[in-house]
Amino acid sequence: MIKLFRFLIRYLQPSRMPVELVFVLVFLNSLANLYLPYLMANIVDTGIVKGDTTYILRVGGLMVLVTIVGTICAIVASFFSARVAIGFGRLTRGKLFKHVENFSLHEFDSVGTASLITRTTNDTTQVQQVVIIILQMMISAPLMFIGGIILAISQDATLAWVLVGTIPILFIAIVAIMSKAIPLFQAMQAKIDKVNLVLDEGLTGVRVIRAFDRIDHEEKRFDEANLDLTNTAIKVNQIIATMMPIMMLVLNLSTVVIFWFGSIRVNNGEMQIGNLMAFLQYAMQILFAVLMLSMMFVMLPRAAASAGRIDQVLGIAPEINDPATAKQADTQRGYVEFQNVTFSYQGAEEPALCNISFQASPGEVTAIIGGTGAGKSTLVSLIPRFYDVDEGRVLVDGVDVREMTQEQLRAKIGFMPQKAVLFSGTVAENIRYGNEEASEEEVKHAADIAQATEFISEMRDGFDSVIAQGGTNISGGQKQRLSIARALVRKPEIYVFDDTFSALDYATDAKLRTALRRETTDATVLIVAQRVGTVMDADRIIVLDEGRIAGIGTHRELMETSLVYREIVSSQLSLEEIA
Amino acid sequence: MSVERRGMRPGGQGGMGWMGRGGMGMPVQKAKNFRGTLIRLLGYFKPHTFLLLAVLVAAVISTIFNIVGPKILGSATTVLFEGMALKSEGVPGAGVDFAYIGRTLLLLSGLYIVSAVFNYIQQYLMVGVAQKTVYTMRRQVEEKFERLPLKFYDSRTHGEILSRAVNDMDNISSTLQQSLTQLITSVVTIVGVIAIMLTISPLLTLVVFLTLPVSLLITTTIAKRSQNYFAGQQRALGELNGHVEEMYTGHKIVKAFGHESKSIAEFDELNEKLYNSGWRAQFVSGMIMPLMMFVGNLGFVAVSVIGGIMVTQRAITIGDVQAFIQYARQFSQPINQLANIANMIQLTMASAERVFELLDEQEEIPEAADAKVIEYPQGEVQFQHVTFSYKEDVPLIEDMNIDVTSGQTIAIVGPTGAGKTTLVNLLMRFYEINGGEILVDGVDITELKRGNLRKMFGMVLQDTWLFTGTIRENIAYGREDATKEDIVRAAKAAQADHFIRTLPESYETVLNQETTNLSQGQKQLLTIARAFLADPAILILDEATSSVDTRTEVLIQKAMGELMKGRTSFVIAHRLSTIRDADLILVMNHGSIVEKGTHKELLAKGGFYADLYNSQFTGRTLMEEAV
Repeated sequence: MIKLFRFLIRYLQPSRMPVELVFVLVFLNSLANLYLPYLMANIVDTGIVKGDTTYILRVGGLMVLVTIVGTICAIVASFFSARVAIGFGRLTRGKLFKHVENFSLHEFDSVGTASLITRTTNDTTQVQQVVIIILQMMISAPLMFIGGIILAISQDATLAWVLVGTIPILFIAIVAIMSKAIPLFQAMQAKIDKVNLVLDEGLTGVRVIRAFDRIDHEEKRFDEANLDLTNTAIKVNQIIATMMPIMMLVLNLSTVVIFWFGSIRVNNGEMQIGNLMAFLQYAMQILFAVLMLSMMFVMLPRAAASAGRIDQVLGIAPEINDPATAKQADTQRGYVEFQNVTFSYQGAEEPALCNISFQASPGEVTAIIGGTGAGKSTLVSLIPRFYDVDEGRVLVDGVDVREMTQEQLRAKIGFMPQKAVLFSGTVAENIRYGNEEASEEEVKHAADIAQATEFISEMRDGFDSVIAQGGTNISGGQKQRLSIARALVRKPEIYVFDDTFSALDYATDAKLRTALRRETTDATVLIVAQRVGTVMDADRIIVLDEGRIAGIGTHRELMETSLVYREIVSSQLSLEEIA
Repeated sequence: MSVERRGMRPGGQGGMGWMGRGGMGMPVQKAKNFRGTLIRLLGYFKPHTFLLLAVLVAAVISTIFNIVGPKILGSATTVLFEGMALKSEGVPGAGVDFAYIGRTLLLLSGLYIVSAVFNYIQQYLMVGVAQKTVYTMRRQVEEKFERLPLKFYDSRTHGEILSRAVNDMDNISSTLQQSLTQLITSVVTIVGVIAIMLTISPLLTLVVFLTLPVSLLITTTIAKRSQNYFAGQQRALGELNGHVEEMYTGHKIVKAFGHESKSIAEFDELNEKLYNSGWRAQFVSGMIMPLMMFVGNLGFVAVSVIGGIMVTQRAITIGDVQAFIQYARQFSQPINQLANIANMIQLTMASAERVFELLDEQEEIPEAADAKVIEYPQGEVQFQHVTFSYKEDVPLIEDMNIDVTSGQTIAIVGPTGAGKTTLVNLLMRFYEINGGEILVDGVDITELKRGNLRKMFGMVLQDTWLFTGTIRENIAYGREDATKEDIVRAAKAAQADHFIRTLPESYETVLNQETTNLSQGQKQLLTIARAFLADPAILILDEATSSVDTRTEVLIQKAMGELMKGRTSFVIAHRLSTIRDADLILVMNHGSIVEKGTHKELLAKGGFYADLYNSQFTGRTLMEEAV
């Protein structure tokens, strides 16, 4: 809870002035609302008792004035608090997004894409909501409380002792109920998630569930979750059900008590009836403020959880940073070297890569082949410095990648990932993502080489056709070709194909590689592949096996020296022997 | 004096319901058939009729006892006032009738206690009714899911289905929990308060009534404006969330191409847009409360002044004025609440309608009562004059005949999108055929228990499905009684053992929806292990190894060869290596089977298969190089 406030204070700092203004305005509004019963008391004690109609009318006019002023204050306060609260959301959201954009893949994976999305969108909104409520109600409640007490005492100090007895009772009742209910609320949220999860999995796995005839099992799983949720929901709501009756009872009985003692004091001439009536209204306002305040505390834990989740992300320092003084790597072009590189993912028992050394130069094609989990993709991820190595060094153009800026490093590389990711926008925009200055001819040329021109021209608007978010309106192979065109238009020193060809059929694969060879004569090419046909023309083939180099050389050399490579080749040759 | 029943909605599914839902002046979705939906929803209350009646009675008692409070307190005030007045006039023996006041206050305390007790009873009972109703509905939805044909799932997105089962159900749940009892108490309060106010003073009642149109006018004008802003805010939020989602999903690409600053710039722009519509929406809707307060206060002033004057003219007692002030305040509360509830109910009916639509979807053909079970399946499969189509006017399979004897391997090939999964759909009876019959071990599959039929098949789908749970549990999904040794053996056979052991918790590693440390190939290996463990009579391999690299594939093929011994296997694959030994090849294109025969026969025939085969190997130098 304290954390939440610290969080709020930190991000409300820039809008200190308007916040203070809101405080003042809300205070004035509260004063106005409190002043009304006081004036009413005057109507009773002076106007009615003396039968003075003009006095009554005059005070009535004053009351109208007071309420107008109060309302104006409230509306102006609402203006500023809206700007402050929504501005607060804008600030935290922006800060979080910028922070995450600087994450390396390591930090990114440690939180998870889905979770980061929720934190940036949902959690910020959640906290923003709490700011709205704080500014609208949480400020006014304490003011009403304090103001109410002052005015109640001014009406009759002795009678105020009744409040001293009532407020703690109310407060304790609320806290007792809430402290029981809040953990249940949290448990309930987890159970809702569980029900949704089971449902979701049932939908995605519908074929498997039916194929394995596990319908009864799934139904049981769901029913357990459902029943569990229902029972908790019943428990929570039954506890909550005590809240209103107790609250109302306390408030109502305290009016009875106040009235009893008040009338005795009136009878003794220690107080006037108007004062008593006003006092009753103040008592209500005070107790109501207590009620509001305690309700606030119900909402805060949820927002505190959200704030905590945001803070956690902001607290992760990007592991990969640019060096203070970056080295220029402009003496050489297109040299990649691994020196005894060892790398493991966080929390893994075994390193993903172990003692990898090799060199690649311009004009050369280096291919990497090996089994699933052999570390092929990991190896090429180290070149654009998506991760930092544990031991050894990765050099690009003779400079350790950790000693140059990420921007400078990545500008040298055209990276094509295993899973092609496109962005919403036109085809041309997506290709230009690789190089914003690319001319129309360059874009078309890149598409040509990537074997994408044919399907692009079949699309309704050609290069201006719009790609939906996630590229859902084109096929996997088409996405992959656009992803290749995007890297080509960059004209980089180093091309990295991370298993880029497997989504293509053999014919397209062959055509594309023929066209590529002409395009990349001066560049350094690294290809991760599964098909021997894709890699056999390479100048150097690196065979990876469980994170280690099992062989390195040309196709012919490896056929003689590497057992693992021979196994791979023979598995694919069996395709051909009948033809 | 009594406290207004504020719009607290602490129950519901979303936790602090009223924070998330609605908000003043938000646009509301409407049900198409309000009446029908309402009647059907009410049908769910039938088993709880008695309880609901009790809720109703308790709510009425609680409300009435509560609203007479001010009137009774007012009479005590009058006695006090008059006693004091007489005393100040010096009437001998005059004084405040404390016996009367004491009795009144005792009565009042009694009323308040009774009211509180009944209020609690009403809420307590409603909790049970609401939650049990929602439980039933949720269960019905789940059971419905189990009975719906695959056709249903294939023609809709998950989001669409889930939104009905989750969000809509949520709406129904919170409304049942809160809006219903609020509806009762609001109506009773309004009627009761009006009645009491009229008995006190028709003139003052009229004054209070005059404030009504004013507050209505204010709310509707503001609501109209704020709806626009809220819609704008919703749009901006959608765009912003879309951008965040896209940039995070493509994080690697953003980094690889050094586009971080561009992505941030675009974010800033969208964030600014959201701010601009957001604060306006907030401000405009935030004005409603103070303005309503203003109108309420005007009523308060009017009642104080007019009532005060009336007291001086002895037209009304002071206690009644005091009571009236409270009633006037209580009056606007339930009216606002009713407006809110009306919105809620609209929303809920729209939700209920969507849930009912789901429940009314056409189900799978029910199993025959005397459905057969094949205890020891041999794995013979026959298609006899099978006709099938997804859409009535687009025939896919016409008069198809296949005869597969036990232990044969059938390869199904064709270009992408050739509809190879259709055969799986038919074999496992995920879809019903339009004509002819499919026999397994000589029995028409429509005569078999679905579960029995499907258990004969071992299936590895292209889209791997793993559920939340440990790796061990996921592999054991194929056989409940599997021991740890069985599981490890299956994992080893599927070449998954090695990578499983590199994971932090080995076989106990929990897979969740955010599992990003498993590659597609690794997930596939797990599903293969699952199929190994299930030990079925007939195998269906749906491009089972398409994401596994060739070296692993060789090893899997070896193990698979072992597994396929003595079993009938249907293999769907792009890779010709997996089908070259097939006893029969079914060549599919555009959903229908265009050719069938062995590899040699089909090549000799020089038809579609031969073309397909040759096209995939042109331009390859592998042959000459390797031999």
